[in-house]
Amino acid sequence: MAILPTFQHWLFRLGRDEQLPIVLTQRRIFIVPTRSGFLFAVVLCVMLIGAINYSLSLGHALVFLLAGLGLVTMVHTFRNLVGLRLVPGRAEPVFAGEIARFHMQLENSHRQARRALDLRFGKHDSVSLDIAAGEQAVVAIPCPAPVRGHLDPGCITLSTRYPLGLFHAWSYPHPRVGCLVYPRPIETLLPAPVAVAHAGQRHGDRGQEDFTGLRLRQPNDSPRRIAWKAVARDIDSRPLLIKQFAGGAAEELWLDLALTPAASGLETQLSLLAGWVIAAERAQTRYGLRLPGRELAPDQGRAHRDACLEALARYGQ
Amino acid sequence: MASKPARQPAQAPLERGAIPWLLAAAVATAAPHASHLPLWLSLVTGGALLWRGWLWQRNGSLPARWQLALLVIAGAAGIGWQFRTLLGRDADVALLVFFMALKPMEMRTRRDSMVVVMLGFFLLLTHYLYSQSIPTGLWLLGASTLLTATLIRLHGGAQPVAAILRYAALLLAQAIPFMLIAFMLFPRVSGPLWGLPRDAYAGLTGLSDSMSPGSLDNLIQSGAIAFRVQFSGDSPEKSGLYWRGPVFNDYDGRAWRAGLTQRSATPSVEATGKTYSYVTTLEAHNQRWLLALDLPLALPKDSMLSSTFEARAREPVLNRTRYAITSAVSYVANRQESPAVLRQALRLPPRLNPRSRQLAETWKAEFGSPEEISDAALRMFRRETFFYTLRPPLLGQQAIDDFLFTSRRGFCEHYASAYVFLMRAAGVPARVVAGYQGGEVNPIDGYLTVRQSDAHAWAEIWLADKGWVRVDPTAAVAPSRIEQGVEAALPAGDPLPVLVRIDTDWLRDLRNRWEAANNSWNQWVLGYNPERQREVLSRFGLSEPDWRSMTAVLAALCGIALLIVCLWTLFQRPTATPAQLAWRRFCTRLERRGISRAAWEGPLDFARRVEREHPELGALTREAADHFADLHYGTGKPEQVQQLKECIRRLPRQSPSTWRHTI
Repeated sequence: MAILPTFQHWLFRLGRDEQLPIVLTQRRIFIVPTRSGFLFAVVLCVMLIGAINYSLSLGHALVFLLAGLGLVTMVHTFRNLVGLRLVPGRAEPVFAGEIARFHMQLENSHRQARRALDLRFGKHDSVSLDIAAGEQAVVAIPCPAPVRGHLDPGCITLSTRYPLGLFHAWSYPHPRVGCLVYPRPIETLLPAPVAVAHAGQRHGDRGQEDFTGLRLRQPNDSPRRIAWKAVARDIDSRPLLIKQFAGGAAEELWLDLALTPAASGLETQLSLLAGWVIAAERAQTRYGLRLPGRELAPDQGRAHRDACLEALARYGQ
Repeated sequence: MASKPARQPAQAPLERGAIPWLLAAAVATAAPHASHLPLWLSLVTGGALLWRGWLWQRNGSLPARWQLALLVIAGAAGIGWQFRTLLGRDADVALLVFFMALKPMEMRTRRDSMVVVMLGFFLLLTHYLYSQSIPTGLWLLGASTLLTATLIRLHGGAQPVAAILRYAALLLAQAIPFMLIAFMLFPRVSGPLWGLPRDAYAGLTGLSDSMSPGSLDNLIQSGAIAFRVQFSGDSPEKSGLYWRGPVFNDYDGRAWRAGLTQRSATPSVEATGKTYSYVTTLEAHNQRWLLALDLPLALPKDSMLSSTFEARAREPVLNRTRYAITSAVSYVANRQESPAVLRQALRLPPRLNPRSRQLAETWKAEFGSPEEISDAALRMFRRETFFYTLRPPLLGQQAIDDFLFTSRRGFCEHYASAYVFLMRAAGVPARVVAGYQGGEVNPIDGYLTVRQSDAHAWAEIWLADKGWVRVDPTAAVAPSRIEQGVEAALPAGDPLPVLVRIDTDWLRDLRNRWEAANNSWNQWVLGYNPERQREVLSRFGLSEPDWRSMTAVLAALCGIALLIVCLWTLFQRPTATPAQLAWRRFCTRLERRGISRAAWEGPLDFARRVEREHPELGALTREAADHFADLHYGTGKPEQVQQLKECIRRLPRQSPSTWRHTI
């Protein structure tokens, strides 16, 4: 049994914080001198020796005043954290490779402002904020999301050097937060819709009468059906769009794991599916998602898109 | 409130807004050195800091490293050339100031700026090498506040200037108890720990070890304090206040010097009247003699009485020193004197001042006893036209002859040296004594203050039956000099010593108060040395303290102070949330209008009652209560706190009648 991690766990109280809000109590805050703090101590020692050597009574007083300042600033750095309340908020899902932002609400019930609070996850970038006396603030802490699935950012490092930078105080609040990470989308052309089986109509036949929306162009589409107006409106949208018309045949767009090349590996397959979901949503088509053991009926809209992406994110986990 | 982009603590680029703070700190810590640094260095320093400020304003780029390196080499060379060394005290201070001027030029990250602040703290200490007066102390307290504020600005981002300064002052105020405790209890070591550079004690004023024409008159122009005396019990008459300094035996026609010390001779003093005990606080003068009331009987330890009755310390007095002495004003000194001393007291340079010698010869032939010869000389000074002035004409090669027969204008050193010359020429053993005469009692603290302007020289003659007798020829010319001081003795129109000139009552009173404050400062702050520390601690019941017990008490008291600071700082917070605070404030405002919420009433119930009883405030109370209920019991959004506060603001102003009613 590893003693050190257990000890660290106990010392730094690294367990999850189940109770909300998380209140930074005395025992959860650690404080050490910074490099500048050590430099300050060395400067004071040299000054003391100088004061003794030249019998400077006021020099003694100055050194003692500054030493007192060092002690006082330790208390004040500690004060900058103690009693702070944290309420974790939600984190919007992101695609793999993006940066997730975890929202935290911080409450300062002190009569003094808290300044220069740094929050970060692990070794990632930090954000810094000030909270006025008796106020609350919401901060978004970034955390890279490299892989699909559920992102657990671990404990927050909440630290400060305010006011003088001579001491570094920190705490490890560990709220139960997480972020959904969608697969990194790979944009390719949409698969062809499939005719609904019971209609008994020829595969690939499309209606000519009622305009129902746009979809991505495929090589065998007639140029006459390209939505030139849409292209002209948004010249940057890379894929050409094809006008779709309903009438006659009932077709459904099914985004199926089976349609993706199995040889490329599951993650790539899921990335392709995620790309399709985005493309289909952009094309404003109805689409369904079919994964082994999971099927989402064709639909359209933001909620459906999120449901599909979540299914992809959670697939196999 | 908004979150800012990420930054790494130390290597973060320096915020632009912090630079004026750093420059102000550099100016505040370096500026007082301008009074003693060479002018060119002050100009370079000021120019460099101005340049940096200009770059800041223009957002210009900083000079390259090689340019800075060239500047540093040039500056260090200049300082080395100016001071002839780079290791003396003044040269090192000059170097530090120079670095302080250049470091802001390469201030790019927060770490660089930390170096500037630490250098600033160090520079503060160096000011005390030159002055430890009250104004210096206050200036440096202000500069420390500025440095602390700079640190706050560096680590806390932009805030109003007043808020930063207030916080810095709060931090320093909380540090003061630690300073007082440590100042009292930190085991004091009497320095120096190692040899000091030779220029460490340059520029101390006081009597010098020789007396030549003009050597005293510079001193007399100075209002600086030479020493302060506190008598325990009575003090002698002002005319008896002769403070004995160096004794001069050898005359070379121009200057008087101490001459060889006769080791065979032993001093013996017999008091024939009242003795006086007193404590003297002597300003540093870089000489070994201590000033004692003529003549000292009991001396402090680490000092001895020389064969010429000088109280001499073992080491030159390099710091302000306190010592206790007992003296007798009427005495018999060395009735048996060694022949070597007497021979020394008769020696004169040959062939100089023939007319004076001739005069002395006639006196010797005319009068039988040394007393009569001395009286003849004093009678001459009194009866003939001699003047007391601080602006005597220059004397030629035959200085004594010129003075006695031509110019007849001079002050104490002229009269003393002419008198001693005449006595020796007439065969009476005589010597010159330098020191101070008089002093002024400061009514504020009762200390007798003796200034450099009280510097004086008189004579001593040896009589076979009485030993050494003090004779003050100046008293014969200008008796008021002895009874009232220099300003009374000088003829109108003569330039007066600057500080002596004060004759307005309120000005004199102001000066007395200022000097009394300075004196307590000197006694208790600057003079707090190992002896004083032992004395103070024993008064607090810590008898015979050694460093161990002092450190223990120091640690204990610091611990208590730290605890108090902790309690003060950490347990000040209200336990309420912002929403509760705002809701309470809202209810207090309503209460002033006579609508009070019962302790058991929930916010919604209360709102309902207000709607019923005070319909004009009902809607607003309802809104506030809803916000509070949401925030406190439900899932309120942060912006609702703001809306709740808005409700407080929207409460209608009180009408004068209700206002009066509530008062």
